[in-house]
Amino acid sequence: MDVLSSLADGFAVALTWQNLGLALLGCFLGTMIGALPGLGPSNGVAILIPLVFSIGLPATPALILLTSVYYGAMYGGRISSILLNIPGDEPAMMTTLDGFPMAQKGQAGEALAISGIASFVGAFVATWGLVFLAPQLVKVALLFGPAEYFALFALAFATLGGLSSKNQAKAAVAAAIGLAIAMIGVDGQTGVPRFAFNNVHFYDGIDFLVAIVGLFAVSEVLVFIEHRGTGEGSDGAKAIKLGRVTPPLSMIKQTSGAMGRSTILGFIAGVLPGAGASLGSFIAYAAEKKVSDKDGTFGKGDPRGVAAPEAGNNAAAGGALVPMLALGVPGSGTTAVLLAMLLALDITPGPLLFTQNPDVVWGLIAALFIGNIMLLAMNIPMVGLFMRLLAIPSKYLMPAVAMISFVGIYGISGSIFDLMVMIGFGVLGWGLRKLEVPLVPIILGLLLGTQMEQNLRRAMTISDGEVSALISSPLAIGLWAMAIIGFILPMIFGRFVRASSLKKSSS
Amino acid sequence: MSDRIFGSVCLALAAFMAWGASVIEESFIQDPLGPKVFPLIIALVLALCGIAMWLAPDDEPRWPQGRKLIEIIWAVAVMVLYAQLLPVIGFVFATAAAAAFLSWQLGATIRQAATAGLLISLGIYAVFHLVLGLSLARGPLGF
Repeated sequence: MDVLSSLADGFAVALTWQNLGLALLGCFLGTMIGALPGLGPSNGVAILIPLVFSIGLPATPALILLTSVYYGAMYGGRISSILLNIPGDEPAMMTTLDGFPMAQKGQAGEALAISGIASFVGAFVATWGLVFLAPQLVKVALLFGPAEYFALFALAFATLGGLSSKNQAKAAVAAAIGLAIAMIGVDGQTGVPRFAFNNVHFYDGIDFLVAIVGLFAVSEVLVFIEHRGTGEGSDGAKAIKLGRVTPPLSMIKQTSGAMGRSTILGFIAGVLPGAGASLGSFIAYAAEKKVSDKDGTFGKGDPRGVAAPEAGNNAAAGGALVPMLALGVPGSGTTAVLLAMLLALDITPGPLLFTQNPDVVWGLIAALFIGNIMLLAMNIPMVGLFMRLLAIPSKYLMPAVAMISFVGIYGISGSIFDLMVMIGFGVLGWGLRKLEVPLVPIILGLLLGTQMEQNLRRAMTISDGEVSALISSPLAIGLWAMAIIGFILPMIFGRFVRASSLKKSSS
Repeated sequence: MSDRIFGSVCLALAAFMAWGASVIEESFIQDPLGPKVFPLIIALVLALCGIAMWLAPDDEPRWPQGRKLIEIIWAVAVMVLYAQLLPVIGFVFATAAAAAFLSWQLGATIRQAATAGLLISLGIYAVFHLVLGLSLARGPLGF
């Protein structure tokens, strides 16, 4: 088996003492970041990318460290969902439905343990899915020409708003803003400056790391200042008793069916463009409720209601890596940050990555396996320690977050101008969050803007300006059709899904 | 109302972008599409979205009023000041002051805030500069 020998090579890369140490450190830091109120996978990793970049780690160790942080943050996020009823990030929302009631019944420790095991099962199986599916997708991707890539980018933007966005116009606006910012700077093909207005700082364009840290981290600080004293982010952690942290075998047995079904559903949702982890956990919970909820225990602290969404969202996160690694186009918001991480390390994902840098791809996949096992081993006995982090008051945490963001961005270039741009993005991000404009399409636009334009122009150069070349192959037509359906469908179904999930969380 | 204002901002931005694209100097050797077309497409998308938000605005968000708004403006002003003073007075002093201010703003007493600011500043300096060797802004005293 080709794939298995590649995977073995990957383990050879990942299993050095240095890399194992970094994975352990990453898992620990990640769980902490996930557990801390106000920090989640996206903004936690966003702050760390520039730091790792300026410390100057080589690509593979840096990748292993940041991926472990990312996975760790996904694990850590469920701690606040279950104990405080505050989802750390959007995919964790469904976990609060049964997790918090379990905690109120005094089964907090069991809920945490079950969700940890479910996360492990979902992520572990999904990583195997990634191992076998990604190389197949790479074979398809090698058939892509510039026109197909252009359509693929359009598909990514059209579906990114997805079911989570309330207003498709706002998702599209966000994508357009990101693409517009990506246009600033010297045009790579003709060498003429665009939108630089004779300002030397703009000739290189806007560094996407500056934008990401500003949008995610600095805006979070502003949100905290705004909400201070209004009761949001209260410290209810002390009121909850942890209870036993090892679940009884019967509970594992009871939830194993839920984990299995949810993993499969979640993985499929993750691979599909635009769906991502939020949809994965939603579908998994809804399906499990249909299958298992015979006595009406769901929503009142049923362990299966904790296992299903956690397995679903972790499987979806793994599934979302398939299009990200094989095509270079993230299918969801959560993978957009990972793409930023790869680009910052000068690695361009896509079919060529598998042939030119197999050590990076397979090293990364091996790191995912290792990180998963470490996280399971770390989370169950140490959950009490992580739980205490919930009590850190934001008045000390948020200034530290802000200052570390400044240090990271200053470390990249030593430029005060970049710091000012970062603050600008922080204010912009805060305003857009108030208006419920999603931030992830902005990031994606920034990351993919140049490539999207290049592919369009290449396609036009090949066809000598004939526009119909964009839809000349069946593959391109299929992608465009999916993009249009993906953009319109949420307008019809989005209302329904949101309405029913609202009903669930309020009842 | 907010969405309508935002829609109008998008329209203005689209117009600005279209103007910005039109003044791009084209060089004599270039591909059939050139550097102007893609920015113009984006401007068009932006304009269409602006119109859509004008026609179907969402519910009004809760904007901060009075004191809260001033607090946020203060926080932003302090961050700007921090960025400007960083090369002048050095990392440790600037960071301690900025962190202390933000901490005070988030509800710490003056004493707590001063301690937190100093600890955050020295902690970051120790971990990132002394251990990890990251270059931080140097003031007249060398730190």
